[in-house]
Amino acid sequence: MTVAVNPSQTGEPVFYLADEHPHPEGYSTSLGFWIYLMSDCLIFAMLFAAFGVLGANYAAGPAPKDLFDLDLVAVNTSMLLLSSITYGFAMLTMQQNKIAQTQMWLLITGLFGAAFIGIELTEFAHMIHEGATPQRSAFLSAFFTLVGTHGLHVSCGLIWLMTLMVQVWRFGLIEANRRRLMCLSMFWHFLDVVWIGVFTFVYLLGVLR
Amino acid sequence: MSTNTHAAGAHDHHHDDGHGHSTFSGYMLGFVLSVVLTAIPFWLVMSGALPSKQITALVIMAFAVVQIVVHMIYFLHMNTKSENGWSMMALIFTIVMVVIALSGSLWVMNHLNSNMMPIHEMTGMK
Repeated sequence: MTVAVNPSQTGEPVFYLADEHPHPEGYSTSLGFWIYLMSDCLIFAMLFAAFGVLGANYAAGPAPKDLFDLDLVAVNTSMLLLSSITYGFAMLTMQQNKIAQTQMWLLITGLFGAAFIGIELTEFAHMIHEGATPQRSAFLSAFFTLVGTHGLHVSCGLIWLMTLMVQVWRFGLIEANRRRLMCLSMFWHFLDVVWIGVFTFVYLLGVLR
Repeated sequence: MSTNTHAAGAHDHHHDDGHGHSTFSGYMLGFVLSVVLTAIPFWLVMSGALPSKQITALVIMAFAVVQIVVHMIYFLHMNTKSENGWSMMALIFTIVMVVIALSGSLWVMNHLNSNMMPIHEMTGMK
């Protein structure tokens, strides 16, 4: 169903879809972002599959039981869980148009996220110091790829969070910033969902093996 | 149906339209459930409360699945209506892909692994 209107300077008719109607900006952003998250989910699924296949190939090197400190993992998990709920509070205060409180909750979320990354990097440094490097065995290659990819996502989320705090500080809770905070909310909670898989299949089942 | 939603949605669609309305009680309920669903598996593994490792493994995997569903509902605000159901469609498609990829990889590679095992032992490789 195309209609010719507005002949351009060259005299050629311009065609467009008659039933095309304008959508407000960001109309399809949340669905688009959700589909991105689903594709990210597939990346993690492949990394989980690789870990599932290679997770027991220690090459006479250290096993999960020798490496993982479940107390530390529990602390790390609680950091991520707390950052999820504080991000939830940021979204709630955003809905009430309370800029200062939104910023405060975003900051607290960022601090929990940074604590998570800090603990993870400490754990990695400790493992590498003990000789449990990614080159040591297939298990460790798969471990560092999976957990490292998750950590990289959280780090990117932190950069995004800081960017949005500056945006909110400069422009306030405008429609575009609300949409961006909504996307980051989905991203952040999605990473928490992935972490459930990580602590269950990598750490808990690893120590159990 | 699509014309209906388009007509209604063209001007009223906001960021939060497709994702339900988040409430304080919703977030708190989700948080409390996640804490419980995280704490129990950690405690089971750390204390060795269950008699066999197989049972413990199955139980903590069940807890993980439940916790993922809790996060999906209370934190990601998933429901069958968001984005006219397209979010749920994308999610179901992804779950199908993930299940095929994960179970397929583990199944095939496990068989390959058990068929390779005697050769490893015969050549004395570690």
